[in-house]
Amino acid sequence: MSEDLRIGVWVCECGGNISDVVEVPSVADQLEPEVAYVHRERYLCSSPSVEAIKAAVEEHKLDRVVLACCTPNMHTETFRSNLEQAGINSALLEIVNVREQCSWVHKEDHEGATLKTLDLIRGAIARIKESSPLESKVMEVSPEVLVIGAGVAGITTSLRLAEFGMKVHLVEKRPSIGGHMIQYPKVFPTLDCSQCILTPKMASINQSRNIDLLTYAEIKEVSGVPGDFDVKVWLKPRGVDVEACIGCGDCTRVCPISVPSEFNEGLSPRKAAYIPFPQAVPSVATIDMDHCIKCNSCVNACPPKCINLDDPGKEVELNVGAIVLATGFELYDIGSLAQYGYGKYQNVVTSLEMERILDVNGPTGSMIINPKTGETAKSVSFVLCAGSRDTEVGKAHCSRVCCLYALKQAQLIRDRGIDVWIHYIDIRAPGRRYEEFYAATQDKGVMFVKGKVTEIVPEGDRVLVRGEDMMINRMVENPADLVVLCPPIVTTEETLKLAEMLRVPVDEDQFVLERHPKLDPLATKRDGVFAAGAVIGPKDIQSTTAEAEGAAMKVVNFLSGERMIEPNKAYLAHSDLCDGCGECVDVCPENAIRLVGGKPVINEIMCSGCGACIPACPQNALDQQGLTDAQLKAQIRGLLESSTAEVKILAFVERAVAYTAVDLAGLARLSYPSSIRIIPLPSLARLKLEHLLHAFAYGADGIMLLEAPEHEGPYGSAHVVSEERADDYKWELEDYDVDSVRLWFSRVYVPDWRKLELVFNTFHNMIEDEGPVEDEVREVLKEKLG
Amino acid sequence: MSNGTSELYFTFRPENAALKAKIEELSGENIDLCFQCGACSSSCPLTSEMDLLPSTVIRYAQLGMEEVLGSKTPWICITCFNCEIRCPRGIDIANVMEAIREMVLRTKYDKFTLDELTPEELRELPQIALISNQRKLTA
Ligand SMILES: Cc1cc2nc3c(=O)[nH]c(=O)nc-3n(C[C@H](O)[C@H](O)[C@H](O)COP(=O)(O)OP(=O)(O)OC[C@H]3O[C@@H](n4cnc5c(N)ncnc54)[C@H](O)[C@@H]3O)c2cc1C
Ligand code: SF4
Ligand code: SF4
Ligand code: SF4
Ligand code: SF4
Repeated sequence: MSEDLRIGVWVCECGGNISDVVEVPSVADQLEPEVAYVHRERYLCSSPSVEAIKAAVEEHKLDRVVLACCTPNMHTETFRSNLEQAGINSALLEIVNVREQCSWVHKEDHEGATLKTLDLIRGAIARIKESSPLESKVMEVSPEVLVIGAGVAGITTSLRLAEFGMKVHLVEKRPSIGGHMIQYPKVFPTLDCSQCILTPKMASINQSRNIDLLTYAEIKEVSGVPGDFDVKVWLKPRGVDVEACIGCGDCTRVCPISVPSEFNEGLSPRKAAYIPFPQAVPSVATIDMDHCIKCNSCVNACPPKCINLDDPGKEVELNVGAIVLATGFELYDIGSLAQYGYGKYQNVVTSLEMERILDVNGPTGSMIINPKTGETAKSVSFVLCAGSRDTEVGKAHCSRVCCLYALKQAQLIRDRGIDVWIHYIDIRAPGRRYEEFYAATQDKGVMFVKGKVTEIVPEGDRVLVRGEDMMINRMVENPADLVVLCPPIVTTEETLKLAEMLRVPVDEDQFVLERHPKLDPLATKRDGVFAAGAVIGPKDIQSTTAEAEGAAMKVVNFLSGERMIEPNKAYLAHSDLCDGCGECVDVCPENAIRLVGGKPVINEIMCSGCGACIPACPQNALDQQGLTDAQLKAQIRGLLESSTAEVKILAFVERAVAYTAVDLAGLARLSYPSSIRIIPLPSLARLKLEHLLHAFAYGADGIMLLEAPEHEGPYGSAHVVSEERADDYKWELEDYDVDSVRLWFSRVYVPDWRKLELVFNTFHNMIEDEGPVEDEVREVLKEKLG
Repeated sequence: MSNGTSELYFTFRPENAALKAKIEELSGENIDLCFQCGACSSSCPLTSEMDLLPSTVIRYAQLGMEEVLGSKTPWICITCFNCEIRCPRGIDIANVMEAIREMVLRTKYDKFTLDELTPEELRELPQIALISNQRKLTA
């Protein structure tokens, strides 16, 4: 790059914090001939100094700025915004950390610290010569949102978004919204009436002008990119014009066909022409085309004549900026575990069936009866963890709400004077008011037996529940009129398909994987796709609602205001070199790359800027904005080539976690050799072998790679890939006669800062023992690198 | 015993419910609240002399198991109240012990009689101890 660039360098004394160790005047003097302007400042971050920088930029017509001062974690934003005012683009500013990395850690080595300061600044100067201005882009987004699943989660998110003024498309596969919650008569821990609290919300969905409700519908296809998704929704043939139907139910009354009611968990029949339950939203009929015999009775009975038995279904196309997954859960198929006798003995029911049985409008009108005799039950037993917390059969995870809903159902049954037994492994009642709810259940005289039920066997009109009472070390065998199984709460097949369509990964337990399990639990791994409720793991209604509110906030945050796309993206720099091998596609942790017409297209919203794809390309066709190969190589060379230090060690340090640890080592005034020179990188997966060879060619005697811990760094699997690559690089270095011991890889946790002293000293001593890389080796390398 | 150890499986029957109800009535305690934490047993200074731990006595009582009436434990219990001070569910275990003793004593059972004591013992022991023991342990 041209030498007529006008670079200004400022070296801060930090009120002695830097200048007591580093010979600042000498550094400035030596740099004087190399750049357009050099200046020393007592406190660079003070307002007068910042003003002085701006003035100097104008006066000396500077076009690039290097500031040697404290860690960039301190004042970068102040410097950036002020320099922007002076016409210096952020990409044309370099901050060199000579306090945390020099003066504070080399207190006894003034000469070494001064040399190192000079080298670091020279590296920055060399790099900035290769820099060009970069602008953030404003992301174009569709202001509409798709919410999939209309249980309590989807309903809550939709209402919140609609209130905020966003257009929401709410897609529900069933004829009515409401999800599981609308099936329950009462909800723990307050035992309030579930339908009384949910029905008004369901009505609001219907009435909101901002909500486009699509029931009896499924997602067929999702394409496009975050902010601009194209979605095809299939409205299943319903046989009824939703707009015209008045919900009178006349069709239902005349329909001759009966099939098991989904709403009543199959315990009672419904018609082929049906409204699933009285408070259904929308309050319209559905013709079950799988069972309809086309007798036309309903068509004739319908007052507004809105039934069309030849309804072919309909496809609707939507364009949305964000998607919320709220498809909830189902119960594990407990019939597959024969020991519990479900499907074999009438006396054995699932917990969802029991919810319906307890409802006054349920299949038995809320009578608790022995299905064999039709008489009121005397004793009901609950089997907790029926298939949960089992790594061998069923599911390994805890379904979290079973203890609580079993307590709830037990109370409701016990209130009618029926004996209730709960067989449990642990009663897990963590949550506000939950322990009290447990005690209240005990207080009602519900009996608890610790021990996993192993078998249910028939005895006359009843069944016997077998397990151990571990408190008395005796086997127990209790006769029950009804046994309620509490099976695992699991993800549905449909959700798994949907996740695949949305390119959203699921975890080992098959629930949708959070972006970060602790710090970003409502975002999925894909930008613009969020999740709430049981689809991200079993949970109660309270947590579901809290998540649903949070997901709405995430959507608002994602779609409103100006969303900036940082200029740190990977890009196809040499389209001609690319042969379409797809290596980059496979390595990208964000799934941001797709091959279109044999060439990679990198989605700028999804690309996080980890840099992992770039070394993966066998053709050297990729590069990264603001961190180009040219910049990196210039910095490496600038930092090493003219250095007079005896031992030269280059440390590439992951910028978020490991770099913070290095700063903390500085703050604690630990002491390590001045041979260590640091270049920060987003993730070490950005490094090519070529970069290492470059370093060895131009003076490095050893290279350290300090990477973030696998799960703590910001760039996911990039922090894993880097270690695999480092292992390969070690062996590849040998091909160039560079001993593999000269390359060191370790992971650094933030609290590890204290250990850094030892790590740096150990590597320094190792390299000192090894001696410098031989000149011939360096020459050969230089030749090869051209 | 109705739920004797001869049977492999323990089954809760009406007579169990009756026994449990009786213990609750006499003790005035809601033993259903016990969640088997074990705090009573580990607070008791006399477990080394007992056949059932206090927490197990409570569990037997919850299940209305007749065995609890044959246990040594209620007789060893000195009513020191350590257990009930520590019970997180507010159960006065000593009251339950008392209720069980009561039920056994009502069958005209005497845990001890004065004849069992030697003349020396009779001379040595304080009157008040003899009287309170007779009150507590005899029908
Ligand atoms: C027996 C039982 C009793 C319970 N009792 C209580 C209680 O008393 N108190 C409490 O706090 N919690 C209780 N829970 C937990 C409660 O059910 C959940 O917290 C809650 O239902 C989660 O809501 P959701 O919206 O995430 O999922 P869901 O209620 O499962 O709703 C999901 C919705 O998405 C729809 N859907 C699914 N797949 C698709 C698709 N592919 N396309 C379109 N739509 C789709 C479904 O039809 C459904 O309407 C109980 C759970 C069980 C099993
Ligand atoms: S690998 Fe990293 S830098 Fe490359 S496209 Fe994916 S996220 Fe962006
Ligand atoms: S790895 Fe390189 S050559 Fe292969 S598809 Fe990606 S850019 Fe093209
Ligand atoms: S009162 Fe009885 S059972 Fe309770 S701690 Fe004292 S001796 Fe033990
Ligand atoms: S301390 Fe109370 S709750 Fe715990 S085992 Fe004893 S009686 Fe039960």
